[in-house]
Amino acid sequence: MSSIRKSVSKLFLATVGMFLFGFALVPLYDVFCEITGLNGKVTGPTFSEYENVGNREIKIIFTTTNNDDMPWFFDSSKSQMRVKTGEQNLLNYVFTNTTNKPMIAQAIPSVSPGKGAQYFHKTECFCFEQQFLEPGESITIPLKFVIDPDLPKDISSLALGYTLFDITKDLVQKQASN
Amino acid sequence: MSAVIEGHHDDHHHHGPAKGISRWLFTTNHKDIGSLYLWFSFIMLFIGGAMAMVIRAELFEPGSQIVSPEFYNQMVTNHGLIMVFGVIMPAFVGFANWLVPMQIGAPDMALPRLNNLSFWILPAAFGVLIATFFMEGGAPNFGWTFYAPLSTEYAPPTVTYFIFAVHIMGASSIMGSINVITTILNMRAPGMTLMKMPLFVWTWLITAYLLIAVMPVLAGAVTMMLMDIHFGTSFFKAGGGGDPVLFQHVFWFFGHPEVYIMILPAFGIVSHIIETFSRKPIFGYESMVYAIASIALLSFVVWAHHMFTVGMPIAGELFFMYSTMLIAIPTGVKVFNWLSTMFKGSLTFETPMLFAIAFVALFTIGGLSGIMLAIAPADFQYHDTYFVVAHFHYVLVPGALFSIIAGVYYWLPKWTGYMYDEFMGKTHFWLSFVSVNLTFFPMHFVGLAGMPRRIPDYAMQFADYNMIVSVGAFLFGLSQLLFLYVVLKAIFYGKKATGQVWEGAKGLEWTLDSPPAYHTFETPPNLESGEAKA
Repeated sequence: MSSIRKSVSKLFLATVGMFLFGFALVPLYDVFCEITGLNGKVTGPTFSEYENVGNREIKIIFTTTNNDDMPWFFDSSKSQMRVKTGEQNLLNYVFTNTTNKPMIAQAIPSVSPGKGAQYFHKTECFCFEQQFLEPGESITIPLKFVIDPDLPKDISSLALGYTLFDITKDLVQKQASN
Repeated sequence: MSAVIEGHHDDHHHHGPAKGISRWLFTTNHKDIGSLYLWFSFIMLFIGGAMAMVIRAELFEPGSQIVSPEFYNQMVTNHGLIMVFGVIMPAFVGFANWLVPMQIGAPDMALPRLNNLSFWILPAAFGVLIATFFMEGGAPNFGWTFYAPLSTEYAPPTVTYFIFAVHIMGASSIMGSINVITTILNMRAPGMTLMKMPLFVWTWLITAYLLIAVMPVLAGAVTMMLMDIHFGTSFFKAGGGGDPVLFQHVFWFFGHPEVYIMILPAFGIVSHIIETFSRKPIFGYESMVYAIASIALLSFVVWAHHMFTVGMPIAGELFFMYSTMLIAIPTGVKVFNWLSTMFKGSLTFETPMLFAIAFVALFTIGGLSGIMLAIAPADFQYHDTYFVVAHFHYVLVPGALFSIIAGVYYWLPKWTGYMYDEFMGKTHFWLSFVSVNLTFFPMHFVGLAGMPRRIPDYAMQFADYNMIVSVGAFLFGLSQLLFLYVVLKAIFYGKKATGQVWEGAKGLEWTLDSPPAYHTFETPPNLESGEAKA
């Protein structure tokens, strides 16, 4: 009957392995999205200057959205810009806590079309940073970006959208569980 | 492990089951556990069916009729969960318990105590799930696919109970599968090589491997949900850098093989019934085995066809479209093999055969609408409409459920020793056959016309078809009460059945008495003499 024991242990190991594989899908998915530029996931600010400034003109559209019932005022200084590839550009985003209690928020960026995401380089930004604001407080944060001259020819405009999430509760919960 | 099996032999060798409730609570007998699984699934069929009746009553006319939209969502969610995890899967495990040892000439399952455990945690899991109806916030309401963030950020507080229930169901399936594989690989009668195994055993061997590959991934998905909800992680939370689309990938990596878990054993059952009532051996046994194996392998690379509209690159859409269409080939092989088995056979049409033929015809309709859905550009039109509802109900109700009913009629005389009432069985068949089509066929039309699924109300132009669908659904629901009556009547008032039962039936289980002794094949049958191939 040791053959039964052998089968059972192999199958049990397979079960544990597949459970871990389920979790391995998380980093695999991120890597896959990063390589393919799917989902408009943007990489962090990586570089500063291009040697040869391209001369293509690209239209950039900026959108800001509040998630759910996030009450803050959140907007960009410009709703669209025409920029030259390879040139440094600047605009401002304004965050205002319109409530009467201190809150923490986080803005998540997304670029569309998705395959343009990897050519949108932010050299200074607030992506994935947590903003803490007292009641009524307001803050202006600059965003600097460069459009890669290698941007595929068929893309003539890009949209950068930010969604603002209220993460006050999540942070409190995280601290409680730590 | 060896002590379990040997002890089992020694202790119970010469006497029958224990008396009273303890027989069922502590049983390690594969026949008892098979019956428990089948009765459990029968009860859940009526609970899940009652939920379907509520859904169809609400949709009988446009407008808000009897239940609130919130409760409607709970009905849709739990109808799906119960039918998938509480009816189809346990019923097939019940068949496996009854038939696998008898068909391969083994005395019992390899791990009888684990077998008892994997059954008895199942009522616990569904107890937890159904209890959520009586809790604050109500039962889960996010659909059986429980997409994040519906099932995380916007879920009712009872979602934690749901997660716990899914964990237990998963554990039960995994233990059951380990048991089935171990039994099949180690306990076949001498002379029964893998390529001589009955097809039902083959389908279950492959199904069990699928379960072991994907149920742990489902457990991982609900664990991530649990952590997102209670421990501040951000697997699926966009606000914390996670991605809700990741949930859909993880879920369908489980979900698509799950679809085949619910249909492969049906293929096995139907193959046996068709060869018996055609009085011919199954056409193309080897190709049947290879077809099952290729369907199982392909099921791992097609999952994203459930998410064509999620925003995939064109290369992804094409890959998942073509890989999905590829599955039609082995499935077509099976359908043509069944037809070829019937071709020039000495056919008779007893109730199991009627259900099996209906299975072949109607499952094929479900398969064809599946191919329509696999066409990525067309899917943008069909996605989340009643066309999808029609498709998966055609493969699950006249598909999986009809095969279960057919199997019950076919093996009931063997299991109980009593013949069912043939006239009542045929009445049950014709009522079910007419009403199942009345219920699900018009759904294709309203779906193509744009009626969305999972919505408690609809536009006026869908009213007529929805009324027809509801009438069909009520009739189908009532017909299954007739099924219960036929089964009970057979058990209490049925005529004695012979060991052979059906003239054309072949296989080891038919060499036993009806009902078989409590312990069978304690000395393995000799197959070298060549009397038994499936």
